[in-house]
Amino acid sequence: MATDQALYGLDNLELGPAHDRDPARLARKAWAASWPKLLAIALVLLIWQIVHVTGWKHFVLKGPGTVLPDLWQMVRHEQLWAAIGVTMQRALIGYLVALLVGSAIGLLVARIPPLRAALGSIITGLQTMPSIAWYPFAIILFTQGEAAIVFVMIMGAAPSIANGLITGVDYTPPLLLRAGRTMGLRGLNLYRYLVLPASLPAYVAGLKQGWAFAWRSLMAGELVVSIVGPPGLGVLLNSNQNDLDFAGATSIIIVILIIGIVVDMLFTKADRALRRRRGLLDPSATG
Amino acid sequence: MTLRANELTPPAVTPPGASAAPAVRLTEVSKAYRTSGGELLALDRVSLTVRDGEFACIIGASGCGKSTLLNLVAGLDKPTSGQVDTGERRVGLMFQEPALFPWLTAGRNVELALRARGVPKAERREKVAELLEVVRLTGFADKRPHELSGGMRQRVALARALAQDADVLLMDEPFGALDAMTRDMLHDEIERICADRTLTVLFVTHNVREAARLGDRVVVLSSRPGRVIAEYPVPRLGPRRIDSPEVAKLAAELTDRLREEMGRHGN
Repeated sequence: MATDQALYGLDNLELGPAHDRDPARLARKAWAASWPKLLAIALVLLIWQIVHVTGWKHFVLKGPGTVLPDLWQMVRHEQLWAAIGVTMQRALIGYLVALLVGSAIGLLVARIPPLRAALGSIITGLQTMPSIAWYPFAIILFTQGEAAIVFVMIMGAAPSIANGLITGVDYTPPLLLRAGRTMGLRGLNLYRYLVLPASLPAYVAGLKQGWAFAWRSLMAGELVVSIVGPPGLGVLLNSNQNDLDFAGATSIIIVILIIGIVVDMLFTKADRALRRRRGLLDPSATG
Repeated sequence: MTLRANELTPPAVTPPGASAAPAVRLTEVSKAYRTSGGELLALDRVSLTVRDGEFACIIGASGCGKSTLLNLVAGLDKPTSGQVDTGERRVGLMFQEPALFPWLTAGRNVELALRARGVPKAERREKVAELLEVVRLTGFADKRPHELSGGMRQRVALARALAQDADVLLMDEPFGALDAMTRDMLHDEIERICADRTLTVLFVTHNVREAARLGDRVVVLSSRPGRVIAEYPVPRLGPRRIDSPEVAKLAAELTDRLREEMGRHGN
């Protein structure tokens, strides 16, 4: 049929050429994405060295020449990895509980209008609450240190996660809802196949923010709550400071920073993959 | 105002190939909305019968309640008074925007409509392939909506509407956002698909040529409130094109009728 031929032709014209997977192009892309980061690290080291050379507060502020070898020593020593293990395990447990609590609350609040009227602003309020403020209360409530930390992590992370989900549900495009209802999606199926997938980008944003809160709460907790058992990163940092080992303390701070950056990168990657699949990303943007 | 409402409309001619049984019957349907400025009457005692297998086009200027009408027939909304009767027929709805789910591929979008009406998994795959073939999109099942052109997305939306196994297809300006060339080709496609499946179509448009090109009958609605003010049966003598003389003639007639109606709101 002539119309079919014309239609196929038009389709092909409108789709344009396929994307090339040229290795040289990919390498250029990787370089374009990484050089600003390398430059930033170099700049930080340079400024750090300059501050060190001026001799300002030299007792506390050690230069990169002292700290980096110290960090290297730690990396080769088992104690740091054990501490990272202890801390990450706590982080994972606290975050997972916060994820479950936050998601459940978010879904209920989004679904049930009276609950939203009651809890909506409380959730936002909790989000602005500095987590350290919970600790005196948490330590008395849970005599055991570990439980106190998990409690504060939940108080910090769950509101962000709940809010992300609520925002996602609220911003489900009405046109898609109409389309879904026309198809016969109702009740639970409407949520499963339409509302929840549509909410995913906002939910991931909430998860990312929730992680930041959980991580901060955890670090604060390890600094102020005394826990029986093997030391985590916060405890290590605290004891280094008490021993006036400021090179060691700076090294731990760098480790904490790196973990934060790596986890953030994972969330950013997930978010970008999600948006790319939905066509919400400018294809010319790098990364 | 009341003069127009009393105008007699010619009895519609049964188009060849269509049975005389009504697929959609609206009886004295009115729909009012409460707004901040008081009550807004969107539809005023609209009576309309669409026969099985008929392609009925509805045109009207802004504010004629076209979308309201389709929502009522689709069962997404209830009339304030009057009756909407579609019997036991399944009603599918297509919008001006494709309204595809952006996280699903073209194939999965169509499949979800099958799943929603309980088609078992084993049959879905084959059905999806068949429906994509109907809209000439074989080979694009794995593309996501944003990777397709506007016309292709609208065809996926059509496949999804067909997947609902509808007897009555309601189309709300489905080609309004497409360029003229693509629209022209989709007219041929929709005509072929509807004839193959003996679908009853209620097609809302702003475009008089499109209405004259596609309809077995063109229904003109007045604006604010929406009333049926004229009906034009279009005898199907042979294949029609958007640039056929008889299409142009009817389009001119419809344009005059609509301008007259718009002029009524001019002062």
